[in-house]
Amino acid sequence: MAKRKTPILDELEKGKWPSFVSDIRQEAEWRNKTDVDLQTPKEVCDDLLDLLELSLKDQECHWKHGGVAGVFGYGGGVIGRYSDRPEEFPAVKDFHTLRVNQPSSYFYKTDFLRQMCELWERRGSGITNMHGSTGDIILLGTTTPQLEEIFWELTHNLKQDLGGSGSNLRSPNCCIGKSRCEFACYDTQEACRNFTMEYQDELHRPSFGYKFKMKFDGCPNGCVASIARSDMSVIGTWKDDIRIDQEAVRAYVGGEFKPDGGAHAGRDWGPFDIVKEVIDLCPTRCMGWNGNKLGINNRECNRCMHCINTMPRALRIGTETGASILFGAKAPILEGAQLSTLTIPFMPMEEPFSELKELIEKIWDWWSEEGRSRERLGELMQRKGFAKFLEVCEVKADPRMIKEPRSNPYIFWKEADIPGGWERDIKDFRKRHQK
Amino acid sequence: MGYDAKNPMKDRITDIGPRDYKEFLPPVIKRNFGKWLYHEILEPGVLVHVSESGEKVFTLRVGAARVMSATHIREICEIADKHCDGYVRWTTRNNIEFMVDDEAKVKPLMEDLEKRKFAGGSLKFPRGGTGAGLTNIVHTQGYLHCHTAAIDASGVVKAVMDELYEDFGKMRLPAHVRISLACCLNMCGAVHCSDIAILGVHRKPPMVDHDNLANMCEIPLAVASCPTGAIKATTVDDKKSVVVNNDKCMYCGNCFTMCPAMPLADAEGSGVAILVGGKLSNRITAPMFSKVVVPFLPNEAPRWPQTVEAVKKILNTYAKDAKKYERLGDWAARIGWERFFEKTDLPFTEHLIDDYRFAYTTWRTSTQFKF
Repeated sequence: MAKRKTPILDELEKGKWPSFVSDIRQEAEWRNKTDVDLQTPKEVCDDLLDLLELSLKDQECHWKHGGVAGVFGYGGGVIGRYSDRPEEFPAVKDFHTLRVNQPSSYFYKTDFLRQMCELWERRGSGITNMHGSTGDIILLGTTTPQLEEIFWELTHNLKQDLGGSGSNLRSPNCCIGKSRCEFACYDTQEACRNFTMEYQDELHRPSFGYKFKMKFDGCPNGCVASIARSDMSVIGTWKDDIRIDQEAVRAYVGGEFKPDGGAHAGRDWGPFDIVKEVIDLCPTRCMGWNGNKLGINNRECNRCMHCINTMPRALRIGTETGASILFGAKAPILEGAQLSTLTIPFMPMEEPFSELKELIEKIWDWWSEEGRSRERLGELMQRKGFAKFLEVCEVKADPRMIKEPRSNPYIFWKEADIPGGWERDIKDFRKRHQK
Repeated sequence: MGYDAKNPMKDRITDIGPRDYKEFLPPVIKRNFGKWLYHEILEPGVLVHVSESGEKVFTLRVGAARVMSATHIREICEIADKHCDGYVRWTTRNNIEFMVDDEAKVKPLMEDLEKRKFAGGSLKFPRGGTGAGLTNIVHTQGYLHCHTAAIDASGVVKAVMDELYEDFGKMRLPAHVRISLACCLNMCGAVHCSDIAILGVHRKPPMVDHDNLANMCEIPLAVASCPTGAIKATTVDDKKSVVVNNDKCMYCGNCFTMCPAMPLADAEGSGVAILVGGKLSNRITAPMFSKVVVPFLPNEAPRWPQTVEAVKKILNTYAKDAKKYERLGDWAARIGWERFFEKTDLPFTEHLIDDYRFAYTTWRTSTQFKF
């Protein structure tokens, strides 16, 4: 039970949305009752809540900045965390995080989860994040001596490794993919696992100037947010025609099927109007409806997914599938937020993904050589220019890579491309032009 | 058996990666992998996916706090064992999905989930998060675990979701609405492409702990960390330290990330900014950034009333005014930002006009505005 009064946290137990305070309290209660030989302080959840109450009261957090913690041979996966009020809250004096690399798409069997709970309650706080922003299972709060013990049990008993942190490859992540989605243009789960396994060294041992994230989205809907959140965004797409079942289109028009898979059922939007809701909203206006038949000029389609999302029983992605590869997304620190930039319009995505691996390794070499300390790939791309990036990738420029051509004429030419080069004789110039 | 501290490298296993997802796929998913034809939302939080084989998988999606105890995970396991043959998954937005292979199994599962409550009274498994509605808020650590937080995370999310709870289980909005929260500008939960982003910000330049800085920090790294060049090396009372040009500081906190002797958060200076109109799907319009529409609100635990009020105002105005399929940012772009501020009744101040790297690209360079 909490040692102090916690009026702020008590308030956060009210309301309908699941209360994390109530949840941590039930874990605290479990710790106080259990006969498990706990290897971390019994009061860890109580002290965590009391420290949180103090932070909420002060409006300042009470964790020290950094602190080194880790397991032998790895430069990532553990984040050191120490309270800045250790005397008052001794059970969270050291409260380190472990990042556990999630299996693709967060599917679990309960025996694995139970094993993890057992390990984490005995050797940690029992508190987790399911999941952290990058994708890992986050185990929140353990002491320094427990780190190696946990790593040993994770790898030996759970057959499970840590994820990335610091200037490492971060744990790759993917959408649900072909497991349960009809829009998946390639096997995102396998790609995610394959790249994770291929680059274990980069994931565990910092060899970059800063973090590097890769995420695998199965289609342009982008459920894993790769275009905004990863240095390399792999987004499924297709080259051929959208498959149409005309009878099913008519069923949507006739009101037999619910548009958008029933996503708008909470309000009466009136009967489905294919012209207003699909044809006229198509960003390239490449569709037509004659009252009986839907036509798509596929050559003009930019695969935004709207028509497919709206009529999933009638329209399907094409069959010549692969992915578009984009690079350089990041949050605002430092130069401002960036979305990923289209670099490879289409690449087939079949195991063992050699083409993409060759590309990413070229880019890592360049980034390692040219990147400044703590410079994300997207910032380096801006600093050196996209043309330079294409040269590194050994990819030819293509209008698909830009929104519009440059409006300034400040073109960097290569000397070798200019007849006569740049070395000229000023004396010769003076023969033709007086001072 | 187990770890031997005297012999740490004995039988050490490394670089094995995560468990293979294929071990964890429910049989119905495994059988129909890559064969799904279409899906439908039967009611809020209930999905059916139909395979070429004729098989169906029914999914119940429920909300959860990102912070989760082992006790709670055990309860999830108990439910998954009882109804779902021991399989369960999470979504990228911290929801939990229970899947069954037969429609007859849906109702008992639904009833089981509905009745479970935490001791404090909140629901353990609220159903929803599908379609044109609100789904779970993705967020960062906040005061619970982070040293750079400008605001709390879990508490703000709880306060906002309690107030918007109805919209989690309804699908009355014009399109999906994705709310995200990051407790400082580092944005370890990148919120910069969200329909509504709640962001922890600072308003005071860092304090400099001259007595300790040289021992705690690499001075050149601290100097180099500043994007506006506001930090210079100096000597104070014979101690090597740095000085901050306060006029140049934009309170990004990057110096604090590099140098623990330069803290900047406090109760008056730090608080909430709200950004709107971002998206990352390519549907209809291209992905776009969120834009700052509220520069600062105080950090008001336990219920953050001003933040909740602003979010509600934005959401309800959008719900009333936008067209079907129109994302929040597309709606704002269509009606114009002058109308956005008018309709939402949010004050527009000079703080909302960009003055950083690409500022000019956001200024109006035409006469096409609305009175």
